Amino acid sequence: MSDQAIGSRIAYVRREAGPTRPAPIMTRGVFAWVRENLFSTPMSGVLTIGSLLFVLWVAPDTFRYLISDAVWQAPDGVACRAPGAGACWAFVAAKFEYFMYGSYPRGETWRVDVTLVLGLALILWLLIPRLPRKGMAAFAFFVVYPVVAFFLLRGLEGVLPIVETNLWGGVFVSLLVAAVGIVASLPLGVLLALGRRSQLPFVKFFCVVFIEFVRGVPLITVLFMANTMLPLFVPQEWTPDRLLRPLIGVSLFAAAYMAEVVRAGLQAMPKGQFEGAMALGLPYWKMMRLIILPQALTTVIPGIVNSFIALFKDTTLVAIVGIFDFLRTVETARLDPVWAGPTISTTGYVFAAIFYWVFCFAMSRYSQMLERKLAAGRRR
Amino acid sequence: MSDIQMRQPHVPWWNEPKNRGFVYQSLLFIVLAFLIWSAVDNASTNMRARGIPTDFSFWNRTAGFDVNLTLIEFSAAASTYGQAFWVGLLNTLMVSVVSIIFATILGFGIGIARLSSNWIVAKLATAYVETLRNLPLLLQLLFWYNAVLKPLPGPRDSVSVPNISFVTPDIVPTIVCAFIGGVGYAATRYARTIGGVAVIVANAIGALLMLTAVAIWLSGVVRFSGKAGIYLNNRGLIFPEFVETADTWPFAIALVVGIVGSLAFRHWARGVQKETGDQMPVALVAMGLIFGLPLLTTLVFGAPFDLARPELRGFNFVGGTRILPEFAALMFGLSLYTASFIAEIVRAGILAVNKGQTEASSALGLTRAQGLKLVVVPQAMRVIIPPLTNQFLNLTKNSSLAVFIGYPDLVQVFAGTVLNQTGAAVQVIAITMAVYLVISLVTSFVMDIYNKRMALVER
Repeated sequence: MSDQAIGSRIAYVRREAGPTRPAPIMTRGVFAWVRENLFSTPMSGVLTIGSLLFVLWVAPDTFRYLISDAVWQAPDGVACRAPGAGACWAFVAAKFEYFMYGSYPRGETWRVDVTLVLGLALILWLLIPRLPRKGMAAFAFFVVYPVVAFFLLRGLEGVLPIVETNLWGGVFVSLLVAAVGIVASLPLGVLLALGRRSQLPFVKFFCVVFIEFVRGVPLITVLFMANTMLPLFVPQEWTPDRLLRPLIGVSLFAAAYMAEVVRAGLQAMPKGQFEGAMALGLPYWKMMRLIILPQALTTVIPGIVNSFIALFKDTTLVAIVGIFDFLRTVETARLDPVWAGPTISTTGYVFAAIFYWVFCFAMSRYSQMLERKLAAGRRR
Repeated sequence: MSDIQMRQPHVPWWNEPKNRGFVYQSLLFIVLAFLIWSAVDNASTNMRARGIPTDFSFWNRTAGFDVNLTLIEFSAAASTYGQAFWVGLLNTLMVSVVSIIFATILGFGIGIARLSSNWIVAKLATAYVETLRNLPLLLQLLFWYNAVLKPLPGPRDSVSVPNISFVTPDIVPTIVCAFIGGVGYAATRYARTIGGVAVIVANAIGALLMLTAVAIWLSGVVRFSGKAGIYLNNRGLIFPEFVETADTWPFAIALVVGIVGSLAFRHWARGVQKETGDQMPVALVAMGLIFGLPLLTTLVFGAPFDLARPELRGFNFVGGTRILPEFAALMFGLSLYTASFIAEIVRAGILAVNKGQTEASSALGLTRAQGLKLVVVPQAMRVIIPPLTNQFLNLTKNSSLAVFIGYPDLVQVFAGTVLNQTGAAVQVIAITMAVYLVISLVTSFVMDIYNKRMALVER
């Protein structure tokens, strides 16, 4: 009874929590984001509007030039020379084979395709962490593949017609230079890095001098040297092929940079790993192969990929010694009188830019992915 | 432990590390010596067979070619290959230094912009970095040269920059503009106190009003009339030359006095701060002295320089100074490309400074700007400087790409033209490489000294 009496005296008792009200509109969702990120201070507001105006100024013209005003189909350069015409994609379509294969005989280009597909498959096998048997993949890519690729591309007396290297060109040569540089620079770089940290004074001296010398000079001078001096240094009848010379130059150049990346990995190894391996009685090369290098190389994979990116961009320089890499084919094609016009250069360069950008950006994303993966293992 | 007899294990002599090391090194030495000997031997045979010179006598012979950009006296008829070398080297150094300055300024700007709290600014900076550093430098150089600078109109149809002059601002529009700007500023301040969607509206309106006010005021003050004597065409950027007049001296003296005066003021101000803790407006006074004094002399004496404006005669311009398109393309390419790497270095450097440092500096009562200047930046610089020098070296080495667009740098003039004319391949390439090596080694030596001075002093 008394309960009821109390109940009648108190006018209102809340029995359950009221409906929760949403947070103020400015502290959540889009509005909070906009306030936080675009208009946090007066200066920020001015920057936002300025940047927006800049984007609005640039974006429509770019879109018109590259997409809506672009010439997509044309038999020759006449349509592209019309005033107001945008990028001349018809030019890229017409020259596509040349950009891909250079002057490689048209009937034989399947050999290039097969080589590229084989290489791509092996690289994917190596790069995708989930796929098994990395050792076998590495063997196939670093040992078997170069031999197969060489005979496929150059030909074999009696089986495949010989295609001389002065006909090679285009994307395929760019990828070839990059691939040879990568395949050669990794083992050479590891050897140089080991030599630089060696106890043997003469070995160390040689490696330091080589690494510092190559890193101190521009790639162009190394290519010049490979091109003009290499033929002088060997007996006349051995004069190396004109594509082989820059390949040697690029490989030595990339190896010196690779050596520094690997050295960073070796230096990051705790001393206990060396001591542990020695205590187990492992000789030098077994210690390096089984204990040190697997760990050291894994820690510097991002650095290795970064130097691959640099190498890939540097392949454009082989044009200086007369190799028709992709960029050089673009340079040649844009001067073709059939197509020459005010928009051709830009079109060619934009196409080349897309190609190089996609490759380099993909590689850099891959290295960042690996970096996160490696960091995850070390996180405590 | 002492009762255990330590016995030297029996190791056959061929397993003794010392002996093995000796054998390995001797092997390497013999192989290298053989390679070098056979290379030298082959080279001398081959060079004799092909009639290639083996000495440096070409250095003093007359060059017989012209270079379109020379910092020292050079002519085809009178100058030697040795002088051509110096011309190329100076051109390399010039384009490197100018590009390094621009790349550093741009790189720091973009690196800081990537850390901006403003989303759009940060994203634009990221887009810049990710685009430029993933494209080959050569592609960028060719783009600037062949797609941007070469298609410019010829001298007769040059793009001309109009003369910009400033008129005294009228009082009424100035007040109106100040009012509009003030309202805009007030709107953004007011936006902080209210809630709801209105904040964004007020902020946006405020920012727009401020921009409009500045634009209107400038349009009333700035006048474009006639030609400034700055022309852009496919032969380069041509602009007036400064010519000394009788009134140059007071201007120069005022400039020197301004700089010395502000240094002296800074010294005095530091003394005062040490004694009393009072801070003087050093920056303000220095600005006043360095810019104000020379400005005053121009008001009293008149313009300190005459401008020798270029004139179109026939097919080309006469007079004035010219920046070659080759130089401009190389400079653009090198600066923009390297800036994307510098931006990443700067960003990493600033991020490397512990957040506690910023918090501690504001706890000490330093303003945000003071905290940046006195606490964050000095620590970030320790992280930034070594990779930054590396980028400067890379830029210098990359300037050798000049050869692709015909800028007369060391590689184009010396390792290109001189090599082709004399055929002295070994000597020319050795000299060229030695130059770059010396630049690298000197820079690393200076950096070592700097690093030792900047290194953290620990207990």
